[in-house]
Amino acid sequence: MKAAVIVFPGSNCDRDAATALELITGRKPQMVWHGDAALPDVDVIVVPGGFSYGDYLRSGAMAAHSPIMASVKAAADKGVRVMGICNGFQVLTEAGMLPGVLMRNRDLKFICRDVLLRVETTASEFTSAYTKGQVIRIPVAHHDGNYFAEPAVLDELESQDRVAFRYCDAAGATTEAANPNGSQRNIAGILNARRNVLGMMPHPERLADPLLGGTDGAPMFTALLNAFA
Amino acid sequence: MNQTVAITPQIVAEHGLSPSEYDRVLAILGRVPNLTELGIFSVMWSEHCSYKSSKKWLKTLPTRAPWVICGPGENAGVIDIGDGQAAIFKMESHNHPSFIEPYQGAATGVGGILRDVFTMGARPVANLNALRFGSADHPKTRHLVAGVVAGVGGYGNCVGVPTVGGEVQFHPCYNGNNLVNAMTIGIADTDKIFYSKASGVGNQVVYVGSKTGRDGIHGATMASAEFSEDSEEKRPTVQVGDPFTEKLLIEACLELMATDVIVAIQDMGAAGLTSSSFEMASKGGLGVELDLDMVPVRETAMTAYEIMLSESQERMLMVIEPGKEDIAKAVFDKWELDFAVIGTLTDTGRMVLKKDGAVVADLPIDPLAEAAPEYDRPWTPGVKHPVIAASDVAEKPWAEALKALVGGPDGSSRRWVWEQYDHMVMGDTVQRPGGDAAVIRIHGTAKGLAATSDCNPRYVGADAVEGGRQAVAEAWRNLTAVGATPLAITDNMNFGNPQRPEIMGQFVEACQGMGEACIALDFPVVSGNVSLYNETNGQGILPTPTIGGVGLMPHVEASVGIAFTGTGQALIAIGAEGSWLGRSLYLDVVCGRDEGAPPPVDLKVERRNGDFVRGLIREGLVESCHDLSEGGLLVAVAEMAMASGIGANLTVSGPDLHAKLFGEDQARYVLAVAEGKAAEVLANAEKMGVPARRIGSTTGSDLVVNGEAVAVAELKAAHEGWFPAFMA
Repeated sequence: MKAAVIVFPGSNCDRDAATALELITGRKPQMVWHGDAALPDVDVIVVPGGFSYGDYLRSGAMAAHSPIMASVKAAADKGVRVMGICNGFQVLTEAGMLPGVLMRNRDLKFICRDVLLRVETTASEFTSAYTKGQVIRIPVAHHDGNYFAEPAVLDELESQDRVAFRYCDAAGATTEAANPNGSQRNIAGILNARRNVLGMMPHPERLADPLLGGTDGAPMFTALLNAFA
Repeated sequence: MNQTVAITPQIVAEHGLSPSEYDRVLAILGRVPNLTELGIFSVMWSEHCSYKSSKKWLKTLPTRAPWVICGPGENAGVIDIGDGQAAIFKMESHNHPSFIEPYQGAATGVGGILRDVFTMGARPVANLNALRFGSADHPKTRHLVAGVVAGVGGYGNCVGVPTVGGEVQFHPCYNGNNLVNAMTIGIADTDKIFYSKASGVGNQVVYVGSKTGRDGIHGATMASAEFSEDSEEKRPTVQVGDPFTEKLLIEACLELMATDVIVAIQDMGAAGLTSSSFEMASKGGLGVELDLDMVPVRETAMTAYEIMLSESQERMLMVIEPGKEDIAKAVFDKWELDFAVIGTLTDTGRMVLKKDGAVVADLPIDPLAEAAPEYDRPWTPGVKHPVIAASDVAEKPWAEALKALVGGPDGSSRRWVWEQYDHMVMGDTVQRPGGDAAVIRIHGTAKGLAATSDCNPRYVGADAVEGGRQAVAEAWRNLTAVGATPLAITDNMNFGNPQRPEIMGQFVEACQGMGEACIALDFPVVSGNVSLYNETNGQGILPTPTIGGVGLMPHVEASVGIAFTGTGQALIAIGAEGSWLGRSLYLDVVCGRDEGAPPPVDLKVERRNGDFVRGLIREGLVESCHDLSEGGLLVAVAEMAMASGIGANLTVSGPDLHAKLFGEDQARYVLAVAEGKAAEVLANAEKMGVPARRIGSTTGSDLVVNGEAVAVAELKAAHEGWFPAFMA
């Protein structure tokens, strides 16, 4: 599996994504600078977390217009897998590659902590190594993770089985208390219609190494690896 | 302001120079300075930049050890961590700005300390911060807490450096002067460390980073005076931070540092372009000529005075090899940062500033630096307080006392604070906030660094020698408790007005106690910062020498945390049985008495007990470990229980049960070890002459003392509940 990680000015989880990819897949991804219009020939593109362009204007808004994003979009149209984590999810929504927006957290504060997620679908190359309904523990670290879309859009996401993860409690119940940021219908991650683009606020790359306190994020990368085995 | 302003005694006084200091200016120059020159003298001789009141005593602190590569005097301290790598770290205060404008004051405090570290060639890998606020019921406290925490997080989160530890305290002495002490640790290769000493006559002086604006002018002078009712008017002296630019600056500087272009580099911190250019030239024994028209500016019609004294953030000054400008410029162009050649190094030993084709300042560098005032301020020893016998302290039911301690302003969980900090970015955080010390993996290795920040101002206020000793010992103990070998400290000395002999006495005595502990524990000072004049309307803070400690672990996976890892484990207390309630949290919170002498620190015992505990952890005999500090044994065990949800059953017999449970005697730890290992641990302790005794076991979900139970969940609700309720 060949992977690339996009680096914008202000990205700060690019190294973390690369480390997790290398740990799980055994292969270093290519780091691609945002100013480059050309993408290398890869199977998976990670749009990492961070504060691209300082999150000035609106989270992800400036990065969405970076030269590289046209290439990312074109690659996705050809079926390349694109995974947007945290700020990367914000960039993908701003670029129109995923529906909805990420608004300021309900409590208006930055939140960094482990949250529980319920795996909503295993019908994607990102989530196939989990079981449906499985509860996993993954950290969030964001100020703008409050997922919003019009009810019709949410209905469509649900009817097409495109909600990848929801915030939940230990029993898997998607309660209000288990929702860290006020996201509509507890949505933590979604897929595009073609199911080759995933955006999620939690950081699977942060819990892929047992030394860091857990490995629930690792199956995301294992699943991708298996898809190309 | 222009160059032709007449220098009146009033203008001199407004620049914070005393009449005798101004006489020295006249003697050095042999003429009356112009306004720009006066401004430069003013900031260079400010307390903040010159350490004029503290230098005499700071020099007495031990700064050497075989592993110290660079001690105080550079941007940050450097220690050898083996395998060709160095840890570079420092703690610095941003107290005055954070009180006036909490968000920006705290944010730029983080930005400034990050620059001190990456200036030296290190990638910042961890931030810590020690925050002290006024009483929880003071009307301004919540506003300050909210602003400071958001500011620390806003900056650190954006630059992508994890904020892994720190401390938060409340005390009425900080009502008019909160403390914001920020610490950064970075990692560099030992053969790629950059210093600020300029060299090479004719080499170019280069300005990179953000443009210069009118913000922060006189910040250093402001930080060198007391506050009064008009402190709100000082808001324009606070700078505005841009963490996005800082992130770009980190990446650009580290990218350029991988080449051989940079000769010397210095960040523009307090006193901006003035102190950075001055210090670089002074250290190199050279002169410098700057063309201020070349300085990238944010606003039009900025005067030489404003350009030289601006404290705009995210700026660096470098000396680069001639002919290599293009290499440097290409890097900064890539990161879309300003890059300008603004001057050259000369052999004149003078700082010559030009603007609009005219010389606007011409100052001799060495005389100005050497003649910087250094005071031996009068000081009086602190008054000793009587030792309070445990039998003279009221004994309240332990469960009620414990709930008050773990559920009050001082003892409650700081989760509300550290969940607003990204403490996991960079993917190496092994022990997250909430334990004795944070532990991070050194990226790409099996090694780890531990870091902590400590001070008990109540102790220091009661006896600065003992309190100074204790602050260093506690940092050492916290590093030991996770399994690390403590290596060195950075000290952030926060005190009141040094012109008052009793305040100066606190400073002198704290240095004495700290120095003794540093020597006894092989724990030298490699960097630091002094913040004086933390007073409002003549009311000073408690003396607060915050200690930032750094330790090393050869195998980071061997580190232990405070959370119990299972039931059926033996609990072993290391060190003497609790007896000391003077200045304890129990005496203060439960009895409403802030009295007596603080607990004495026996440094030999401290070292012996700590070395023993670290050895056990390294041998893999310890499941979890917690040092005993505020609140004593029972608070420590309760914290271990609350961190895990697992209960404990303790047997601790009286008399003076309150002193045994809540006494704050020093050099103590509590360990959870596998039942099968308990006998071995106790036998080892006896062999080493370390007091150790079995106090109970981990079990169930209640904390049980002598048969009486409290649910851990109930304790946890109080512990976790206080801060969110306070800030709601």
